[in-house]
Amino acid sequence: MHMHKLERLWLMIGSGALIVFLLVIGVNAFAMGHTPPSDSNILDPTQVDLTAPFDDPGLKKIGDNEYELVLVAQAFTFQSNDELKIPEGATVHFKVTSKDVVHGFQIPKTNVNMMITPGHVNTITHTFDEAGQFLILCNEYCGVGHQAMGVPLEVIK
Amino acid sequence: MMNQMIVDRNDAKLSMAHLFIAFAAVLLGGIAGLLQTLVRSGTIVLPAGIGYYQLLTAHGILLALVFTTYFIIGFFYAGMSRTMGKFYDQPYRMGWLGYIVMTIGTVLTTIMILLNEGTVLYTFYAPLKASPWFYIGLTLFIVGTWLAGGAMCHQYYIWKKVSHKKISPLFSFMAVMTMVLWFVATIGVAVSVIFQFIPWSFGWVDEINILLSRTLFWYFGHPLVYFWLLPAYVCWYVIIPEIIGGKIFSDSLARLSFVLFLLFSIPVGFHHQLLESGISPFWKYLQVVLTFMVIVPSLMTAFSLFASFEIAGRKKGAKGLFGWFRALPWKDARFFAPMVGMLIFIPAGAGGIINASNQMNQIVHNTLWVTGHFHLTVASSVALTFFGIAYWLIPHLTGRVLTGRMHQIANLQTVLWAIGMFFMSGAMHTVGLLGAPRRTAYTTYQDNPDALGWIPYEVTMAVGGSILFIAILLLIYIITDLAFFAPKGKEDFPIGEVAEGAEKTPAILENWRLWLGIATVLILVAYTVPVVHMIEHAPPGSPGYKFW
Repeated sequence: MHMHKLERLWLMIGSGALIVFLLVIGVNAFAMGHTPPSDSNILDPTQVDLTAPFDDPGLKKIGDNEYELVLVAQAFTFQSNDELKIPEGATVHFKVTSKDVVHGFQIPKTNVNMMITPGHVNTITHTFDEAGQFLILCNEYCGVGHQAMGVPLEVIK
Repeated sequence: MMNQMIVDRNDAKLSMAHLFIAFAAVLLGGIAGLLQTLVRSGTIVLPAGIGYYQLLTAHGILLALVFTTYFIIGFFYAGMSRTMGKFYDQPYRMGWLGYIVMTIGTVLTTIMILLNEGTVLYTFYAPLKASPWFYIGLTLFIVGTWLAGGAMCHQYYIWKKVSHKKISPLFSFMAVMTMVLWFVATIGVAVSVIFQFIPWSFGWVDEINILLSRTLFWYFGHPLVYFWLLPAYVCWYVIIPEIIGGKIFSDSLARLSFVLFLLFSIPVGFHHQLLESGISPFWKYLQVVLTFMVIVPSLMTAFSLFASFEIAGRKKGAKGLFGWFRALPWKDARFFAPMVGMLIFIPAGAGGIINASNQMNQIVHNTLWVTGHFHLTVASSVALTFFGIAYWLIPHLTGRVLTGRMHQIANLQTVLWAIGMFFMSGAMHTVGLLGAPRRTAYTTYQDNPDALGWIPYEVTMAVGGSILFIAILLLIYIITDLAFFAPKGKEDFPIGEVAEGAEKTPAILENWRLWLGIATVLILVAYTVPVVHMIEHAPPGSPGYKFW
């Protein structure tokens, strides 16, 4: 099919930029380990309270300034047996599931953002380099109290 | 071929029946939208037990489904009748049947929303469980659109047989291509609603596979946005060149871009599920790559449109590198509204690329940024183009004219829309980057300082929303005038001609078996392995919840 030479040039530049861009995000995802949260662990969504580690949600120290924070999302809160306080510079591995409907899990001012679907576990890791008040909020509509679904997370000096 | 210059009177009635419902939906959905911005900013509290999320469900369904779909089908009937001639009896009757079925579905779903039995938003994610009649209403709506698509395909088929032509008129080809895209896309949501949601909501089965239902929804949900966009492209490719006194740059490239949309708009739904468990990063990335393939036909479209503009401008004697830009008919409402839509599509498309960028999605997913994004794409580029079509289509169908005064009022409408959207969508984009979630009523999360910082942006959204609502009232005034009160006369249905010297269109572009075959292969490649995994590796399903 005939194509105007300027159009051919335009499409070559556009497609070239596209290939470079896809390579950049591909390398960043797979070679540098920045793939989006895609945990493949499953559980019975009606038995969350009886399934480890969600039978005892909370903060566990697992290394030098490294923590695992297990949370259970349910309408309309994130359930934890411990106070959500961590020291500055801590690396936190969030491990979350839902007891009822689909929820979101987001911490503004960070890149922490993932979907929590019942029957599935989702995980994400973040290092809190600066002290301050953070907010864990649900960003997927989950019912009439959805706007109340947020819990504070404190990073202390 | 004199009779082909005007849409047949009966076809015009069928088309107008759709347009009336489309614009009634704009008014109702617009009222819901205005109230949402006022609630979210903390300006008002809803009276009489109306829920924010109930309004949000109504807003989404009335505007994203009812307005768009009725308008698109009404526009296509008129355009096919204009370019292929009067609808034959059988497809004509099927068109009315589709209208009735769609409308029963729309009414049923709307009643369920009003009764607060379907406050699950228009994405109806399980395991929030609405009344079965909410899902049955949606099913009837989809079945009605299938009948409409069937009517158009049947008309096209008969026309080809009778005329012995290999190449159909460009408008009709594009209309049929859009409906074919719709058929392939809606299979996903139909399977999910019929085999998962309806049996589960009636209580015939206890559990639902969440991930599968979401995947089937987004198999449909992304091509849905191309179903909105392609009719706007029909206007940009076929109608705008005639309005500006130019020619269609290339018939074959226009068709090729529509073929590419069929191929690359479906196997891409995972880019809405990038942050979800249970889908491996490899398959997500593969669908991200396929998603980005649609950028190629969009670049082709941009080139071709601006080439048409430049050729038309220079023919009128425009000088210099950009003189043709000023020579465009800016005062013509039939041009101005779609053109503003096109210009808005430049930042809108760029935002879309950001959203679909694999790990970059993490920054914007489910924030107000996304709401800002689709208020530029569907609610500006597409909506303004549809308004611009209505300005000549409605008087054409009702035997009236678009007067000079109406051109001015319509242009004012477009300007108000652009200003309102600048404030509303601009504030949504910004506050989304700060982390404010979408689909959330007024909240400060117990006076959390970050959340308090979002309020000024939410007030800006309400200011923009109020300006947009005034623009909607103006639009309804224009539409009512054009349908019932404008002076009698003859308004043109502009259809562009292909530029002289453009190459003859190769028949392979209308080889439906070939393109549908390739589309099927791409869909199977992108979805088979992850969907089989989702079914075989599924957790126990979920019971339903009614949390509203």
